[in-house]
Amino acid sequence: MTARTEQSHEPSAVARPRLGALAVGDQIGTRTVELDRSRLVRYAGASGDFNRIHWDQEFAEGVGLPGVIAHGMLTMGSVVGLVTEWAGDPGAVVDYTTRFSRPVPVPADGVATVEVSGKIGAIDVEAGTTRVDLTVTFEGAKVLMKTQAVVRLDG
Amino acid sequence: MANPDFQGREYPATAPYSVGREKIREFAEAVGATDPAHHDLVAARGLGYPDLVAPPTFAVVIAQRAESQYVSDPEAGIDFSRVVHADERFTHHHPIVAGDELVTVLHVDSVTSRGALSMVTTRCEIFATSETGFGSDTVPGTPVVTVTSTLAVRGEDA
Repeated sequence: MTARTEQSHEPSAVARPRLGALAVGDQIGTRTVELDRSRLVRYAGASGDFNRIHWDQEFAEGVGLPGVIAHGMLTMGSVVGLVTEWAGDPGAVVDYTTRFSRPVPVPADGVATVEVSGKIGAIDVEAGTTRVDLTVTFEGAKVLMKTQAVVRLDG
Repeated sequence: MANPDFQGREYPATAPYSVGREKIREFAEAVGATDPAHHDLVAARGLGYPDLVAPPTFAVVIAQRAESQYVSDPEAGIDFSRVVHADERFTHHHPIVAGDELVTVLHVDSVTSRGALSMVTTRCEIFATSETGFGSDTVPGTPVVTVTSTLAVRGEDA
């Protein structure tokens, strides 16, 4: 595997969080996700989403966008890394939902930096799950809304 | 404008999608997912998975193929250059792991229009293929993931 630049801490080897030790409102951490044009092309290839608005400047402007924008699904798929690394098990995310509220324009040179933070929004002891609510912003404005990941944890 | 006649439509199960280890690694790399369970068999098995486990949004790869049956149909009235993704949900009944053979049943749950703006909601029910016998490998078996997606389609005047 290849290390990526946006991970600021070591994955795994950390004790998994336990449901009983959590409280609503607890912060699970923050991270930044840096998106550049090569990330968009890579995601297009990996996902099969070749919509031109994600790699063709003229086309994107022609349909009324500010320029090339990140795939909403790339942003959604990237920011959940904060949750999976905290949970210590990427398969523990049983439900994950978001609403795309603003596009993230990605410049031809340089990066668009998306900021993510997460906190415990709910705990369901019977189901053995907690809901992590993510706040996802770009240049101070929310780009995803109601971003919620339900994670299965041991009691 | 999106054709309202498609609301309620259900498509036949797709051909099986074979989940491969390298596809999981490639997708994980693309979304910056460094969790060892996406990349390393020993790590995945250490967490109790039989093989590499897919990232939480991996099912979009499978769902998108199924959704194209609907959104690429000229009769559906969806101009993809005028589509904006409105929302997305993944509900995992079981984790997706390498080696899975998955079939998808696409449902068009709603098609609504207000003025020049149409909203369409699709639901992909993704199943493991049934192993009940020869020739039945496209029969849906155990539910694995439900992917719900809403697209906003701007009309020419919007």
